[in-house]
This record gives sequence, structure tokens and C-alpha cells, in this order.
Amino acid sequence: MSKYFMLLALAMTLALAPAGLHADDENYELNWFMLVNYAGRTGDLSPSFGDGSDYVLGEERLRMDLSAWADSIEAEAKLRLDFYHDALTGEFDIDLREAYIDYTANAFDFRVGRQVITWGVGDLIFINDVWPKDWVSFFTGRPLGYLKLGVDGARIRYSGDALSAEFVYVPVFESDNLPGADRFSYFDPFVSVPNRVEQKPERTFENSELAARIYGNLADFDVSGYLYKGFWHSPGVTLDNPIMPTTATMFYPELNVYGANAQGAAVGGILSLEAGYYDSPEDSEGLDPTIPNSQFRWLVGYSRQLMEDFTLGIQYYQERIVDHGAYLSTLPPGFPAAKDYRDVVTVSLDRWLSRQTWRIFVFAYFSPNDKDYYLLPSITHKFSDKLALTAGANIFGGEEDYTFFGQFDENDNVYLSLRFDF
Amino acid sequence: MRKSIMMTAAAVLLTAAFAAAQTPDAADLIQKSLNAYYYGGVDGKSTISMEIIDKNGSVRERKMVMLRLNVGDKGGDQRFFVYFKEPGDVREMTFMVYKNVKGDDDRWIFVPSVKLVRRIAADDKRSSFVGSDFTYEDVSGRAVAQDEHTFVREEDFNGQAAYVVKSVPKDKVEYSHKLTWVSKDTYLPLKEEYFNGDGKLSRVFTAEEIESIDDIPTPMKRVMENHETGSKTVITIEKAEYNVDLDEKDFSERRMRRPPRGWIR
Repeated sequence: MSKYFMLLALAMTLALAPAGLHADDENYELNWFMLVNYAGRTGDLSPSFGDGSDYVLGEERLRMDLSAWADSIEAEAKLRLDFYHDALTGEFDIDLREAYIDYTANAFDFRVGRQVITWGVGDLIFINDVWPKDWVSFFTGRPLGYLKLGVDGARIRYSGDALSAEFVYVPVFESDNLPGADRFSYFDPFVSVPNRVEQKPERTFENSELAARIYGNLADFDVSGYLYKGFWHSPGVTLDNPIMPTTATMFYPELNVYGANAQGAAVGGILSLEAGYYDSPEDSEGLDPTIPNSQFRWLVGYSRQLMEDFTLGIQYYQERIVDHGAYLSTLPPGFPAAKDYRDVVTVSLDRWLSRQTWRIFVFAYFSPNDKDYYLLPSITHKFSDKLALTAGANIFGGEEDYTFFGQFDENDNVYLSLRFDF
Repeated sequence: MRKSIMMTAAAVLLTAAFAAAQTPDAADLIQKSLNAYYYGGVDGKSTISMEIIDKNGSVRERKMVMLRLNVGDKGGDQRFFVYFKEPGDVREMTFMVYKNVKGDDDRWIFVPSVKLVRRIAADDKRSSFVGSDFTYEDVSGRAVAQDEHTFVREEDFNGQAAYVVKSVPKDKVEYSHKLTWVSKDTYLPLKEEYFNGDGKLSRVFTAEEIESIDDIPTPMKRVMENHETGSKTVITIEKAEYNVDLDEKDFSERRMRRPPRGWIR
């Protein structure tokens, strides 16, 4: 623990040292905020699963955001990290959000280090944004920025007159952070299997993630094409023995994604289109029930301002399982079968009031085919430029307990998030 | 007798023609005033502090850097880039606008918390700019052709000779008409009064502390008072530069995601 205090003390010294200097003379900028997040259950109190706590989140975070740059060349270093204390476990640690170096030479931008990459035009629906996500943060009401996890790698961007391109190389795979049995209740077909093992892809050169995005403007639409070679970010599961299993191994099968999106002004609002083919090469016939089949995913979205400071967004999303027949024929008996496609309708309402000091934001997912839903209402008040409080809820439900949102039915929670900037 | 009638008629016509020649073309005045206020130089960069003061006197402050490029002639299309430095919850947020005089603007936003660049709808020109008393249109300009302009009178404002022009919007907006005091000397809008449907004064804009920067007269303080809400917004230009060699390529996703330090420090 003392090493963290040393780092904190060093940062604080840095923050206080230049007092009296004019800001223009400095070659760095240091900003802080403090964040307190608490989320409590509204459904089954004292649950039989996990640690039995009525809280799904309780933590204090201190964000340090440091930029330092060179004068003679266009180069910059960025460090964003949280010192945090998890009040539920007593853990005190550092969460390194971003740490990278930027260098720009003519039309090329290089970024090397831990960085957040966001692709695609979906609103809280991700097709070509294959990059890792922290669903635990999302489901427990941490601010939206915590949904995206950084990857450790390198990105080169070329910016041309007509076309631009990004190339991403990620040597070490990072998975999504999915709700775990410690704090969440969810559908687990292997609940009777005593041992769990997570097997991440081996750290070989061959297992590096590679991705590219080519983009430009076409007929007043922003258009992008995407390629990705890597792994599913949510695991598949295999058993050591199909009759009397003792160990369930979670592993990350290979994945290739080919996709595209477009976004532009249309019928008084903004129209978004996105599609991607998820190629699952380890199960190209769709006959291995432990590995997701290939999928075709697409969405269409539209948003427009209804009146001042009031924006409505709607989306329709569908993911269709390729070789659904093969999937059904090899599904072990007793397992609930996924339908040949899953679709989701989203509605978002974003209302600012009292000169943008109050915000009411509601985001809702409904699946017509799976008959489940996830609602995220929230209200934020900015007491001043420095202090803001958000109160909100995460409400899950559905007809079945094994569908994507339906399985989280027992995890409904309300949260408070307080942020102070200094 | 007939001759004298003819002569009288001619005299009346001449007087009318003379008077017409003396009356400035109101639309031309407004165009010159837009050119002076929004189109200085080929491009420009300013560091801006904005104070939003509500009726109880509580103050919210935004700091931003704004870049602008005239794509063609003055009065034509423009590109804007607004980078937020303060407060902390919007730091690194960037707005980019392609202002199209004929047709809708194109607008993008970079949301730094999730590293997302996306388009935003452009049909809210009359909406408040970041919760201030200024609208988006106040920040980027309203095209001359959108209003009917008539010359009202000449009148000094703050000791400066000015033309007063009345502008009535052709489309339905939240105000019924506007009076503009256009400086005879610099053509800068020195004052604007907005009236609501009941003919009551709703907002008052004033341009103050006019300094010459690179020989371009620049109001270093711009105030918008909202008489309906009792609030007011004061824009202070901390630093203004013109002809800083911006390029059309600078108004791109690349720069939204990472503006060069030279722009924003």
C-alpha cells in the first residue's frame, strides 16, 4: 500500500510545484477528480449467491489525469489512473485507465501504450467496436467512461485527403469484464461443475490482435470499413468430461470480424447504419456447441432533437446465428436453445433542464424476440462546475432466465455517483 | 400650369430618389456586420472564457479554444472547432461545425470519456450554446437571407455612430424581430436587441472593449443579457489571433480526437 501513497505524494508534489508559474510556460497539465459510487440491490436482499451483500458496488476513486508534451516536436505522454478503494472487499489498488505516448509526423499519428479505442456508430450497441468492455461497471452505474477498457498496444493513423486509415496491433489479449458469481446472479448451465478455470489465449506473436479501419466521407455520410483478427471477448466453455464434469474451462475462441458503418444527416436527424460479419473460424461448420457460431450483426439508428435540450434516439439491432440448424443439432440435451436471431430495440431520451444543470437520461433495451429488457434511467444534477450527483437504476427482466438480459433479473440495483473536480 | 405640376412632380421624385440613395441598404449593412464579426482575416483562433451568471448571481465558467476558417469569400461557408478546457467534466470535448450558408450545417462532437466521434443533429441552431445565453447561431452567425432587413435610423451607441437595422426572421423562431446597431466605422454589431412575440425585450447583446488585433477590430468582451430569465453570459476573449495558417484538413476527426498542443495550450 505504501508504494501507492508514494506515487500519490509524487503526483501531488508535481501538482503543487508549479504554483506561481504562468500556465503557458508549463509543458504539462495535471487534473484530478474524486468519484464516489455506491449501488444497492432492490430485488432479492441478502441474496443466496455471491457474498450475500445487498451492495453491488461501493467504492471511492481518485482520478489523476496527466498530460506532458514536447515543444520541438509533436509528441505527448498521457497518464490516466484511478487510485481506488473497494469498500466491499477492502481492496486498495490502482486502476490504470490509459498510459500512452503520442507522436505525430506529417499525416501519421502514432499512439503506443494502454489506450481506449472506440469504433462504430451504435449507441450502447457494439458491432465493429470489438474492443474490451467492462460490463460490471455498466451494470452497476459507474459513469459511462468506465464501460470502455484500455488495450495495451500500438495504433497508427494515416489521415489522407480522401481516405484515412487506422491500424491497431494488440499483443496481449484483454477480455471483457463480465459479471461474476461474486456479486451477480446469472444463468450458468454448468452450475453443478465444481471447478472453474479461465484460459486466455497464449501470449504468442501469432495470437496478437490485429485490426484496421478505413474511413472517409461518401455522399455527405461518414463511412468506415473494418477488419479484425483476434478472439471473442466473451468466453466459450468446455468440460473435461461431458458425463461427469469436474472442471469447466472458459476460453476465448478465435474471431474475425468484417464490417462497415455509415452516419449522416437525414430526415431532420442523424441516421446510423452498421453491419458486421462475425466469423468464428474454430467452429466454421457450427457443430461445436462450446464455441459460438458465426453471426451476422447489423443495426439501424436514428436520433433527432425533439426540442431544445431534448434528444430522442431509437435503434434496431439484430444478430443472426449462421448455421442455426447445426447449432441446434449439437446442443447438449437440457440446454436452453438460443433462437436463430436475437434482436434489440433501444430507445433513449436525453433531456437537459434549468440551463443544463439538470439532466434526465433514460436508455432502454427491449428484445422483441427474446422477450427481455434492460432499463437505465438516471438523473444528474450539477451543483456547480465542480460537483455533480447522479442517481439512477439498472433494471433487468424477461420471460426466461437464460436470455441475455433476462438472466440478470435478480440484479436490479439503484446507484448514486458523486463527482468532484479539482 | 401643366409645366409647374410636371416640375413639382419631378422635384418630388428627385427628393424621393435622393432620400432612397441616402438610406443605406439594410441587408448590405447586416452582411458587412456579419463579415466584420464572424469573418475577420482568413482564419482565426481565440482563447475564450465564458461566465454564465444566473439570476441569483451564481456563476458557472467555461474555458474554450475556438478556431475558425473561412472556406471561401467572406459571408460564405466556414469551419469551426471548439475545444473545451474547463470545467473538468467537459474537458477535451470538441465540437466541429461545417457551416453551410446554403443548407444545413454539419456538426460533430468528440466525447472524451468514451473516445467517441459522432454526428449531432444540426436543427437546433436556436438552442443554447453549452447552457449559456448565447445560441449556436449567435456563435457561428445567422445568414442574411434568413431575415427581412429594414433600415430604421441612425443613432450613436456608446459614443460610436451607428446604423440601426430591424431584422424580421422569415422562418418561425423564438423571437419576432431584432434591432442591430451596426458601427458606421467598423461595421461591427455594437448592440442587438431581441424582442419576443409580445413585443417585449427578451435578450440584449453588446460588444465591448473593441481592440485592433492585426488591424482587425475585435470586441474582447461580448455580453448577452436575457431579460426573460434574468441571467447573463459574458464572453471574454483572453487571446485572439488572425491568419494563423489553418487548413481545411485541420477540421477533421483526426484533430477532434487529438488537437495539436499548439492549438489548445
